[in-house]
Amino acid sequence: MVHSRNKGDRILKAVCYGFVVLGAVLCLLPIIHTLALSFSDKASATAGKVSFWPVNFTLASYKAILNDAQFGTAFRNSVIRVLVGVPINVLFCIVMAYPLSKTTRQFPKRNRYMWFLVFTMLFSGGMIPSYLLVSKLNLMNTIWALILPGAVPVYNVILLMNYFKGLPQELEEAARIDGAGPMAIMWKIYVPLALPCIATVALFSFVAHWNAWFDAAIYIGDQSKIPLQTYIQQLVVDMNVSSSLSFEEQMQLAEVSGKAFNAAKVFVTMLPLLVVYPFAQKHFVKGIVMGSVKG
Amino acid sequence: MSGKEKRNLRRTAGGKKGLSENVQYHALLLPGVFMLFVFSIIPMFGVLIAFQDYVPAKGILGSTWVGLRNFRLLFLLPDSMEVLKNTLVLAVAKMILGTIVPVLFALMLNEVTHKRMKKLIQTSVYLPYFLSWVLLGSIFLSMLELDGVVNYFIRLFGGEPVMFMASNQWAPVIMVVTDVWKNFGYGSIIYLAALSGVDENLYEAAALDGADRLRQIRHVTLPQIAPTIILVSTLNLGNVLNAGFDQIYNMYNQLIYQSVDIIDTFVYRIGLVDLNFSLSTAVGLLKSLVSFVLIVVSYRLARRFTGYRIF
Repeated sequence: MVHSRNKGDRILKAVCYGFVVLGAVLCLLPIIHTLALSFSDKASATAGKVSFWPVNFTLASYKAILNDAQFGTAFRNSVIRVLVGVPINVLFCIVMAYPLSKTTRQFPKRNRYMWFLVFTMLFSGGMIPSYLLVSKLNLMNTIWALILPGAVPVYNVILLMNYFKGLPQELEEAARIDGAGPMAIMWKIYVPLALPCIATVALFSFVAHWNAWFDAAIYIGDQSKIPLQTYIQQLVVDMNVSSSLSFEEQMQLAEVSGKAFNAAKVFVTMLPLLVVYPFAQKHFVKGIVMGSVKG
Repeated sequence: MSGKEKRNLRRTAGGKKGLSENVQYHALLLPGVFMLFVFSIIPMFGVLIAFQDYVPAKGILGSTWVGLRNFRLLFLLPDSMEVLKNTLVLAVAKMILGTIVPVLFALMLNEVTHKRMKKLIQTSVYLPYFLSWVLLGSIFLSMLELDGVVNYFIRLFGGEPVMFMASNQWAPVIMVVTDVWKNFGYGSIIYLAALSGVDENLYEAAALDGADRLRQIRHVTLPQIAPTIILVSTLNLGNVLNAGFDQIYNMYNQLIYQSVDIIDTFVYRIGLVDLNFSLSTAVGLLKSLVSFVLIVVSYRLARRFTGYRIF
């Protein structure tokens, strides 16, 4: 590394440090603010007295969440969605990425499949045709409406395919000579070697399922079946949009869903991501860099 | 035994096996292709309802065909032009700032030599990308309220509080700024990856020639990531009509439709709120066609400029 030699270089360095630290702080402030709101008492939160530290510290909002049956149900629905959806995504990724990682000489039809995948990734029929399809297939109001349409995550398939391509060919050759077929080679050689990439794909899929809200908003009418993000969306955002409620109704709503209470709900909803994130960051970054390096 | 000999041996020993291997590859791909066919390709035929007066009870086969009536209607709607303008303004602004900020950030972070500090900063700036617009929308709305924390600080410094999300001047700015806020860290990853490969000798050489650090950044670092910047910007071209449904839908309200209502939110309201399936699909189809052309053009350009290939 070339060390700073003159004054200009030192100033430049200080400016760079200043800006990147500012950037990092700016990224965390809204989250810290939400956390501070959630630990503040209702009155201070509503009056806008809370900035980045709780005012009149209390756990009331979190206690209220524990007693909120609807929040609990929505949380459970999200957990189920992740537990069912992620393994399905990962399984499709593995069984599709393996054959596609073969060269056109080993698998002559490979490129046809690739074009098909890229085509589906770039184009879609749009909101209404998809909605009509889900309703025609009788998936409305079931968890399958949230899982089947996105069962094959094409981007992740390509990610894993590129990883498979980079694995040493000699192992496969050796296994072939020992008489192993494609299935055995895939499960016994490729999958164990690709575990870091499979973890990345699983994490992407976890984030996608945990964060999804729109599909449930249009496909699930039954309030007992909506996942957490959709619940928050209806609670916090729709209240802002719909002014059709009478004044009294709005007051009632405000009574149960004050600013502090909402902040606590928002925080609990992002908690699983915050917990996974520090451990997963390395994988995420690797995945993005891998995805941008096409093979 | 050389690789070629090995391959020949296998081919002669198992011509039949080679075939069955291919059959197995097809079999592995079949379920996924079937799912994609059902959930991606079949809805593409659904765009036919854009040329119909679609009535759900009658289905696509039973509904009356109206030719281009829905498209003509679209051009008569007063909202259409406004929505198109908002979409272009928001998407282009997000794209330009969404390229400049990550590049600048990557260049500055590259100057940070403290390993631990660099890691910590990266951890914080990548985080917002992984949070949904439902959560971020609700956080920002609450921060920007009249009694929110932003106005708390404005009051503290003696300013007049602002109703940000009721103002057609402020709303687009808020949309662009919060979008850049959410994505700049994540966007910088690709540039940082490109920077990690810079040969230290180049800096040494530049320093020997008397270049200070700023000159080194301009003449050594920047050229190193220029191809990546060109590639990312070119591929972005296909997104000119994507102004960010998730964000807008979770942050807008009727007072600011005029400035931040975009094609995707418009399609949603016509289709699933007003239940005019045909008109909504017509708008969506028009958008897809334009996007299709843009995507094809952008991939061609990317291929010409940087030799980029889809796979």
